[in-house]
Amino acid sequence: MNTVPLGSLAAGRRAHVAGFVQEDAFAQRLMQLGLIEGAGVAILRCAPSGDPIEISVMGYALSLRRAEANLILVIPEPT
Amino acid sequence: MTAQPSTPTPRRVVVTLGNPNTGKSTLFNALTGLNQRVGNFPGVTVEHLSGTLNLPCGTVNLVDLPGTYSLSAQSPDEMVTVDVLMGRVAEVGRPDVVLLILDGTNLRRNLFLASQVLEIGLPVVIALSMTDLLERQGVALNLPRLGALLGAPVVPVLAGKGEGLEAVKGSLEQALTAPQPSSLRLNPALAEAVQTMVAELAGAGIAAAATEVERALIDEQGYAEKRLCDRGGEPWRERLAATRQALGQGRNLATLEARDRYSWINKVLAEVEQRSARRAGWREALDRYLNHPLWGSLAFVLSMAVVFQSVFAWATPLMDVIDGGVTALSGHVRGSLPPGLLTDFVVNGIIAGVGSVVIFLPQILMLFAFIILLEDSGYMSRAAFLVDRLMRWCGLSGQSFIPMLSSFACAVPGIMGTRVIANPRDRLATILAAPFMTCSARLPVYALLISAFVPARSWLGGLINLQGLVLLAFYLLGMLGAIVTAYLVTRLRRSESTSRFLMEMPPYRMPSLRSAGLKLLARARIFLYRAGTLIFSVTLVVWVLSAFPRTSTGDSPNAKSPSMEASYLGRMSQALTPAFAPLGWDWKVTAAVVASLPAREVVIAVLGTLYAVEASDAAGEARLITRLQDARHPDGRKVFSLPMALGLMVFYALCLQCVSTLAVMRRETNSWKWPAIAWVYMTSLGYLGALACFQLGSAF
Repeated sequence: MNTVPLGSLAAGRRAHVAGFVQEDAFAQRLMQLGLIEGAGVAILRCAPSGDPIEISVMGYALSLRRAEANLILVIPEPT
Repeated sequence: MTAQPSTPTPRRVVVTLGNPNTGKSTLFNALTGLNQRVGNFPGVTVEHLSGTLNLPCGTVNLVDLPGTYSLSAQSPDEMVTVDVLMGRVAEVGRPDVVLLILDGTNLRRNLFLASQVLEIGLPVVIALSMTDLLERQGVALNLPRLGALLGAPVVPVLAGKGEGLEAVKGSLEQALTAPQPSSLRLNPALAEAVQTMVAELAGAGIAAAATEVERALIDEQGYAEKRLCDRGGEPWRERLAATRQALGQGRNLATLEARDRYSWINKVLAEVEQRSARRAGWREALDRYLNHPLWGSLAFVLSMAVVFQSVFAWATPLMDVIDGGVTALSGHVRGSLPPGLLTDFVVNGIIAGVGSVVIFLPQILMLFAFIILLEDSGYMSRAAFLVDRLMRWCGLSGQSFIPMLSSFACAVPGIMGTRVIANPRDRLATILAAPFMTCSARLPVYALLISAFVPARSWLGGLINLQGLVLLAFYLLGMLGAIVTAYLVTRLRRSESTSRFLMEMPPYRMPSLRSAGLKLLARARIFLYRAGTLIFSVTLVVWVLSAFPRTSTGDSPNAKSPSMEASYLGRMSQALTPAFAPLGWDWKVTAAVVASLPAREVVIAVLGTLYAVEASDAAGEARLITRLQDARHPDGRKVFSLPMALGLMVFYALCLQCVSTLAVMRRETNSWKWPAIAWVYMTSLGYLGALACFQLGSAF
């Protein structure tokens, strides 16, 4: 399975979490917020300059910067 | 706030805990009403509300903890929740019951914190909020089953409408009279390892609670581990690492915790939650527009214009009323009391002191009304989302935007507004940068000096004029100071928290006006009690310095200032003059600056006194301008040359001459360290700026 950084996906794309670039405190915080292995995520929209981005996970919306999203590795669903 | 006789036994304690945006504070406000006060925990910047609640079994203390997604802590601020739950915070006492608030529309994520809390072993009552939105979202919950699986009573509540409050009180009553400690165990191996370590620590003379040790194990390099090793020494770090290795078998314990908890949550929800097709509502449609790159930006600019306009302009009439009231009261007192020390004390000490506190209230209330409504409705997160990129180039995040913007009106509400910033480092950077923004108290100083010393030249038929350009330059200078300061703080200070913009986007909600009103009242109280007393005392000190020693001229009818030259303040200024001579200042300017250290806008009144004009009306101000233009050094040189006047304005632009700002800085950072640093930093910048301006300007 090919994983890509979450931040590389365009608005509207869906994916499943595969893991993190680094299992540090930030990754822990993301996991506590529901971004655990296998969880479904969707890119809802981007801010005016394309950053930060808003994603949907566990049925709620979360915003984070693209650089932060790139620490999350995902398996994209086919478009 | 209640004046009840002291009870023989200590009051029982209920703490409210929950994720942010669950309606926790609305429930707290509905339960306690006006019986609440704001308190700070020792050593940290987070604050808590505490209030009282009357139950059949007696009056209990209700303590509202900061909203959190998890018990893991990277900083002392985040550790407060664990410490309170463990009964380690003396101000709170040992909690008897935890009132856990869960958002019914977002149970999956909310249950993460619940699973951690239910493992502690305290009696728990669960209030399920937002239940009116469940049907619309196509969600049906089996509440009795949920309660049985969690091992705690689950009560649906709509605090904004007052529904379910009696049921919550009933469950609390039952939990207090017949406590049933929660008994969830998700990872027996972990619990066993924790118990072993607790016993070992106790053997070494270190009292540590199970939850504390569990967090130290799971949150590698987190605050719990740091504190444990600070207390016990480095061997415990190795001991923790070895235990992690044994438990994790090569996997990170934090990853395992998240996986364990969410798989338990999935099992629970599979039994209690039924989802049917979700109806797309107005909330989703609203978000498409309010977060849209174009429409969203327009809506943002519009809403900020309203906020800014209200703080800057609509508060002014109210402030004028207060100002007029203070002046009228002073005049009345001066007219009805015989001239002398007592009258002078009442007018220039007490009335002026109280006036200088109350004058800030309109702006603070106005700004906070907006901030509370923007936060409670859910728009604040959208606004931060839209401007994050813009704020990032000076090291800040979108959450700093509103505090910075409102500091154009006044840094006091701006600094109080930094509470919306989640990251402690960004919050500190914003607090230190905010006083640079050109506040409304600087404007009269600029207006006076610019009209006196900057030639009134205009170009393009009056479209551009030199005086306006100079004023703009000073606004830009303030912004530059703020940007550089924010940049320096964010670069120099390592972030304690790793996330910099991770933020939930809560669904739009109708704010509860009652709850918003109570929050506003809490802010006003904080300002009046905590900052107000300090501002008042400093005003009194300045009055004493300028009114004493009493000289023979003190009996003159002009009771405003008997003799500034002979007063302590005048003498101090004359002693300080050599230090300010390189800036081109004489003793009178020095006295005016020293007297305006507590509040910069005072400078005009002091200059008026020193140059013997009543500068309270337009004609008086015109006379003051002429006097200033004619003022000369003993050697005949003009005091107010253009470089000196510009230098003086630079000083006012950069210097922190505002005791109110220092007082709220102290209050918001919970230490004197940062106000002291800010004061030294800004005063040095002001001095150097004025020095450069005068010396360079005079050289040409």
